[in-house]
Amino acid sequence: MSGILVALEDRDGRIGRISWEALAAARQLSSMVSQPVHAVVFGADTSAIATEAAARAVNSVLRVDHALLKTYTSDGYTHALEQLIRARQPDYVIFPHTYQVRDFAPALAARLGESLIGDVTSIGDGPIFTRQLMQGRLTGAYRHSGSGPCFVSVQSGAFRSDSVPSGAAPIESFAPALDAAQIRTRPGEPFRAAAQTVDLSSAQLIVSVGRGIKEADNLPLVQELATALGAELGASRPICDNGWLPMERQVGSSGQTVAPKVYFAVGISGAIQHLVGMKGSQCIVAINKDPDAPIFEVADYGIVGDLFEVVPALTAAVKAAKQ
Amino acid sequence: MKIVVAIKQVPERDAPVRIDAVGRWIEEADLQWALNESDAYALEEALQLKEQHGGEVVVLSAGRERVGSTIREALAKGADRAIHIDCDDLGQRDALAVARLLSAAIQPESPDLVLTGLQSDDLGYGQTGVILAELLGLPHASLILHVEKSDTGITVKRELEEGWFQNIELPLPAALTIQSGGAKLRYATLMGIKRAKTKEIRRVTAAELGIAAQASVTLDRIALPQKQKTTQILTGTAQEAAAALVEKLKFEVRAL
Repeated sequence: MSGILVALEDRDGRIGRISWEALAAARQLSSMVSQPVHAVVFGADTSAIATEAAARAVNSVLRVDHALLKTYTSDGYTHALEQLIRARQPDYVIFPHTYQVRDFAPALAARLGESLIGDVTSIGDGPIFTRQLMQGRLTGAYRHSGSGPCFVSVQSGAFRSDSVPSGAAPIESFAPALDAAQIRTRPGEPFRAAAQTVDLSSAQLIVSVGRGIKEADNLPLVQELATALGAELGASRPICDNGWLPMERQVGSSGQTVAPKVYFAVGISGAIQHLVGMKGSQCIVAINKDPDAPIFEVADYGIVGDLFEVVPALTAAVKAAKQ
Repeated sequence: MKIVVAIKQVPERDAPVRIDAVGRWIEEADLQWALNESDAYALEEALQLKEQHGGEVVVLSAGRERVGSTIREALAKGADRAIHIDCDDLGQRDALAVARLLSAAIQPESPDLVLTGLQSDDLGYGQTGVILAELLGLPHASLILHVEKSDTGITVKRELEEGWFQNIELPLPAALTIQSGGAKLRYATLMGIKRAKTKEIRRVTAAELGIAAQASVTLDRIALPQKQKTTQILTGTAQEAAAALVEKLKFEVRAL
């Protein structure tokens, strides 16, 4: 048993950014455990993405091609990767922590008698894998001690995708044996719920509101601040789940990814699902009553206080400054 | 339709987290406990399916005695009966080992549908439902917002990234992990709370299920996160802090 397999995901015919980050993580691990890195691409025809992967610094690229892998299904991917892993016996299997990986990697690991260490943010000597706990309020250091491969998925943005140098790797093929009867689910075409009328991604200023606002009736307080600033109004998931603001105003992994000049997080604790959608903002302002809220870890400016006092004061101060 | 909903009791959202003396978990002594948020949505989906199509909703939870209060809350909301896997060594089990416990309790029930929340608010593995599907030999789908019964099985609405969705057809029996926000959560009524007292909670131990504590992945220690940025905290009254922030936005960030 040896080697590190890293699974790269096809995003519209190209390898996605988070997959390059997974490769960066695999290379870092490789330098710690002195094992080669093999990139794995899967699909109905992986020739283009295999070529793309082979131009990076990896020891080899493994093409897993099968007509039944054209569309993602948990059954298809699990069967194909199970066969590959049994054949190659790697020590480590690294994934990008995408919605797709979350859908099948835990089942794949279980099939091989292992548990996935998911959503990893850093890798230290040991190797020790760090991931977040309690919605980002704590971190946990994990270690693998099983006899089978160690399965890891890495969080979006945690590793530097541009740290992977170019290279010229050999490409090999692995033909999985798959049968249409093994695929029990029938996925439909992806769709958007409704035409997007709010494009938060191009907004210069965004004021986002979270659970701290307590009731829908309190929303005008935050809307007034947004209006005074000339900012778009955004929200964290629970606000949209409650139907207080439309889904199209949701910032985070399931909503929009934004990077405004200034992002105001009002009453948002900063769960990772929210942070991934806004941590690229040039400046982050957090207003929260809990000084330990994870939002303060990414904030440039923070006000620890009751938003029902701070927000009206801020609205007044902004209006005064603009006069 | 017979539905098993696996639920988890987690620390209340705003509960103070203090690292315990050993450094492997948090002090549990003064914590308030709650039903994990996405599990509440899984329960809601199950109750709505039962209302539309009839059948039975069985809630399942593993943990020490305190888990009973969360189980009773689920019964008060309308679940028909419950299974409590009485177990005080969950911390020594990894995601696979916990799923093995749950799976052993689900197997003899032969449900049409197994639901769990997408992920727990404490450990956040987001794996239990998917592993359960694997252990029970069921097809599955994750991040589900809505379930519709069809002639051949079910059609589910799955959330993808960046505002995209997808419908998936599955045969029954199946397992699903439910995302928050797909339905409006109900509150337990007084009548519901009263009725819950007479509903069956079957207790079973890990030993009775024949599942030993094991882990190939272990949590060695926990810590407070390292700050990614130097945050300037603006202090004073609300007015003073607001004025200071406007100064910063004007002259340092140049955004006003």
